[in-house]
Amino acid sequence: MDAPQSKSRDLDKLLLRSGNLVGPGFFPGTDLRDDIREYVKVLVVGAGGLGCELLKDLALSGFRNLDVIDMDRIEVTNLNRQFLFRLEDVGKPKAEVAAKRVMERVSGVEIVPHFSRIEDKELEFYNDFNIIALGLDSIEARRYINGVACGFLEYDEDDTPRSETIKPMVDGGTEGFKGHARVIVPGVTPCFECTIWLFPPQVKFPLCTLAETPRNAAHCIEYAHLIKWHEVHGGKSFDPDEPEHMKWVYDEAIKRAELFGIPGVTYSLTQGVVKNIIPAIASTNAIISAACALETLKIVSGCSKTLANYLTYNGGEGLHTKVTEFERDKECLVCGPGILIELDTSITLQKFIEMLEEHPKLLLSKASVKHGKDSLYMQAPPVLEEMHRPNLSKPLYDLMGRVEKDTVHVFGTSLKNEEKQSSLTKLRVVFKEVDGVADMDTAIWRTNSKRKTPF
Amino acid sequence: MIGLFKVKEKQKEEAKNNNTRGASAKKQSAGELRLHKDITELNLPKSCSISFPNGKNDLMNFEVTIKPDDGYYLGGKFVFTFQVSPVYPHEAPKVKCKTKVYHPNIDLEGNVCLNILREDWKPVLNINTLIYGLFHLFTEPNHEDPLNHDAAAVLRDNPKQFESNVKRAMSGGYVGQTSFPRCI
Repeated sequence: MDAPQSKSRDLDKLLLRSGNLVGPGFFPGTDLRDDIREYVKVLVVGAGGLGCELLKDLALSGFRNLDVIDMDRIEVTNLNRQFLFRLEDVGKPKAEVAAKRVMERVSGVEIVPHFSRIEDKELEFYNDFNIIALGLDSIEARRYINGVACGFLEYDEDDTPRSETIKPMVDGGTEGFKGHARVIVPGVTPCFECTIWLFPPQVKFPLCTLAETPRNAAHCIEYAHLIKWHEVHGGKSFDPDEPEHMKWVYDEAIKRAELFGIPGVTYSLTQGVVKNIIPAIASTNAIISAACALETLKIVSGCSKTLANYLTYNGGEGLHTKVTEFERDKECLVCGPGILIELDTSITLQKFIEMLEEHPKLLLSKASVKHGKDSLYMQAPPVLEEMHRPNLSKPLYDLMGRVEKDTVHVFGTSLKNEEKQSSLTKLRVVFKEVDGVADMDTAIWRTNSKRKTPF
Repeated sequence: MIGLFKVKEKQKEEAKNNNTRGASAKKQSAGELRLHKDITELNLPKSCSISFPNGKNDLMNFEVTIKPDDGYYLGGKFVFTFQVSPVYPHEAPKVKCKTKVYHPNIDLEGNVCLNILREDWKPVLNINTLIYGLFHLFTEPNHEDPLNHDAAAVLRDNPKQFESNVKRAMSGGYVGQTSFPRCI
């Protein structure tokens, strides 16, 4: 057994004994601790302020198989909080340096770095992981990963999520003294899309204010950034990561501010306004990452009940945290079950569209159909309808790439309670009697499914 | 969840040589879905038309042509480019005027001063409302939110002069030092 002063002494207190706060299905013991080391693969998205902390926290929490992905290189301004990096690392890829440093300090951990954009990875890359921990800095990136993770979710005929397809995410975010940590279990808790309406609209100044009547430093900066840049640089697009471009905007903003007698334009304000940067604080990142790493451990081991499901932290004036339990949006286009539709492989797109009108849960007339990135049919405008018309006579099965089942979105006018309203619905299309598909995965799916109707 | 992960790992070992099942290989964004819906629900007046220069596989970038049927710009034809971001409708599409025009609310670079394009954009708005907003700019230009302050001043102080300036610009002539391409 372990020596008295075991390195995993603290972890052992959580994993080797039962307690009052443990989650359902928790089986304490060294097997649990060893299984976490051997079987669990976690992906850390981002190797910046949150990512560095997350990698350290996860490695020290007993995880041994980690991957980290980040498309950026290290900059001097990162060094106040991205503690895995030193001055001599400036210019190197964040993911690679972070992985190396943590592996140097925590024996036994394997971290595979990926110096790439998240969009450039195949979907199967993400499917390889058990949990995805996010240390991102934009809505767009979060929305993307959420879409990918929820895309793996499958439902059985009772609209119950199939647990082996659930890919949990732990998402952290920080901004100055504020931060959040949330647990997303697709099919169970709200996904990122379910609660995207929580975001307030971005601050955008009217163009005419920028052009004619600036009143503050931000107006002057945005004038230089949005209007003056194109006047002078024509087709060249502005690159916020190019220091020369940023300097140019700063100089122009100063000129503008002097013209209107407006104080307050500084280089750091310029960066803040143009890149939406808010100065980062190491402790906020540490707090939020710790919460995320702990949740990752809890989800995997069940050693305590998981956060349900959204924690906010504010350290600006005193210290405040709150956990709110948000509810799923059952109609969510990304993580919702949608409506199950079973079809023959021979059915044409035209027939499918007609069927939607009769379907009792849909009653959808004039439907347009979208499968992933492909739009299969659009009812309007006329120019697009014409482009799509040839698809109507083709079998839907072929148009969908001959997959046995997949998600499809349809929109049109539905008649609900005698009232016509526009609707956008997710459908789970399943093709019956798919011939010649004899791979083991399908066999497993068929035998495991609780089908009430014969295949 | 560790039980599940172990089972999954074993299943993966066994099924290693088999192809993936019917999982969706194509990524899509919820923003694209909402955009597609907006496009199928367009209800444009006869004076506005939409085209997709990149075909049906890139509906995030399109052009809208407006032919005002009233007001100073009657007879002219103006083309706007729309660039929809992946986070639509959280963010407004980027709209620029491709046609060089003499207008108080549109500058010579093609930037358009329309409140719903920037500070008043809300996710509940859609492409239809934007097109109507743009249309409105031509039927009712206003000198109070100027991007082109010369044009705004003329409209305010001397509407007859403004009218003739607009006609001259649309016919391909000069207004002051600036020449305009013919768009009538």
